[in-house]
Amino acid sequence: MSFRIVVLAKQVPDTRNVGKDAMKEDGTVNRAALPAIFNPEDLNALEMALQIKDKIKETTITVLTMGPTRAAEVVRESLYRGADNGIVVSDRKVAGSDTLATSYTIAQAIKKIGNYDLVIAGRQAIDGDTAQVGPQTAEKLSCPQITYAEEIVDVNEKTIQIKRRLERGIEVVESTYPCLITVHSSAKECRNRHAKRLMKYKNAHSPSELQELSLDYTLFNEKPYLKIEEWSASDINAEDSRLGLTGSPTKVKKIENVVLTQKESKQLSSSNEDIDNLMKELIASHILG
Amino acid sequence: MDNVLVYCEVTEEKTIAEVSLELLSKGRKLANELKVKLEAVVISDEVNLLEETLYPYGVDIINYCRDERLFPYQTIPHFAIVTKLIEEEKPQIALFGATSIGRDLAPRVASYLRTGLTADCTTLEIGSHIENKTKKEYKDLLYQIRPAFGGNIIATIINPDNRPQMATVREGVMKKEIFDKSYKGTLKNIVASSYVKAEDFCLKIISRQIEAQKINIKGAQIIVCGGYGMKSRENFQILYQLAEIIQGEVGATRAAVDASMAEHERQIGQTGVTVRPKLYIACGVSGAVQHRAGMQESSKIISINIDPKAPINSIADYTIIGDVMEIVPKMIQYYKSNTK
Repeated sequence: MSFRIVVLAKQVPDTRNVGKDAMKEDGTVNRAALPAIFNPEDLNALEMALQIKDKIKETTITVLTMGPTRAAEVVRESLYRGADNGIVVSDRKVAGSDTLATSYTIAQAIKKIGNYDLVIAGRQAIDGDTAQVGPQTAEKLSCPQITYAEEIVDVNEKTIQIKRRLERGIEVVESTYPCLITVHSSAKECRNRHAKRLMKYKNAHSPSELQELSLDYTLFNEKPYLKIEEWSASDINAEDSRLGLTGSPTKVKKIENVVLTQKESKQLSSSNEDIDNLMKELIASHILG
Repeated sequence: MDNVLVYCEVTEEKTIAEVSLELLSKGRKLANELKVKLEAVVISDEVNLLEETLYPYGVDIINYCRDERLFPYQTIPHFAIVTKLIEEEKPQIALFGATSIGRDLAPRVASYLRTGLTADCTTLEIGSHIENKTKKEYKDLLYQIRPAFGGNIIATIINPDNRPQMATVREGVMKKEIFDKSYKGTLKNIVASSYVKAEDFCLKIISRQIEAQKINIKGAQIIVCGGYGMKSRENFQILYQLAEIIQGEVGATRAAVDASMAEHERQIGQTGVTVRPKLYIACGVSGAVQHRAGMQESSKIISINIDPKAPINSIADYTIIGDVMEIVPKMIQYYKSNTK
């Protein structure tokens, strides 16, 4: 029996290092101006998939990402860590997607992959923090969802038991397949790159990357495992009206830079005198004590 | 038709969750502005004092679906009921708590209804919009306002053409306010079996360990908050000491929580709790917008920071420039020797 897991991964701008050119005039993110990283919780998701592969032999892990062509980097990174193959959905038509249009695109790609048992994704991406694409993709696939997964309690070819991390506790649930899981940051960190795999896959490329590097396509004929698939909107049978900005019901009406409401701030030093006076004032005005 | 609908969560104690009461308070105001009714949807096996609790918040209609199988929360059954109810009632706005439940349920509902959903809103307002290209005018839209993108911007999101307009809001962001103590609405019982199929209960709940809320920073009058500048979990201990003697609670920024310096329940800001204490002592907190969104209504703010240019300083009443590990012990010392 073969078991197939699709891991959803996103290349995200590192929002911890945001510069001035981060936003475009239409209110969408200017990804080109920012360092791009593997979304942290998607790495937790990849690890969970790898743990299942450790238990269920003959598991195939396919990493699926959507974004500009350079998003192939997250597929390559996943190959180094143990994924079997990967696909980048890239098309101008998907630019500016909100979570609804994104989940539609992702779900169409998963349907094209077909025969999946599990879809595993990070709970949320650090550039939006919405945690919406996971549940929305599950709805579009009409499969159950298990959100905030922290640990696999038990897994076999028929069922999976997952420990979920909730606000005020934990819950263990069991599901049959297919099923979609979103993984919480408290789950196990992803294993490191494997040296042998790094050697094997460092030349893995998508067709667009080969073109940019002026490399020859015949490379894929000799070593088909080096091909990172690249799908356009028409490859996944997507209706144009449901893609990108057109397919996104939410619109950005306004972006405001944050203006701080200035207060008359009293500046104090760390001297004993300053601290004592402050504490005295707080106690006298009954804010303390 | 066109009402404001709030999905109400039920706690382990079979009461309506705080976040839902806060959303009803906001929902009532939106409904008044739009001159429509406020509806609640409650799905559970039982709820204590349901009508007595909800009507004072100005609820006109409680849609109550009661069935043994509907507690604890499971995605698909609740999803089936909420989507079908929305298709029947056609509300123009639907609000959910940005909780473990709301963030699991709302996106699935929005996906099925093919409508927009904005997560973690900090402000909800009614306003109009003119589409640039078509010059089409939209009146009475829900402005869904939230900090975005590392907190460098505040975005106003709208959902002009699809209904309902959906949003999630964190606990503590909206103020819980009684609308009218003697307000009376009507209870509409929803028969679970006509909304949910047996196969919707497809997940098996093996075990649950849900604790009552232990740390309650939302209600604290004094908060000592540590940021990434605290450097370590060990250094946080000094904040617990200060909080204990001045009878406050310890809060933390997202950066500090992400770095495992403090528990997630202590997180203050857009993706944590919103607080309004009488005294807020920010220690090693730089003051990203998401954090300020959760504490800027504090009555008095003291910032202790080594960096005179930290953004938090500009909203602080007092700024102490220096090392937290040196200053906080001095505060403890003074307080101990000058109070009973």
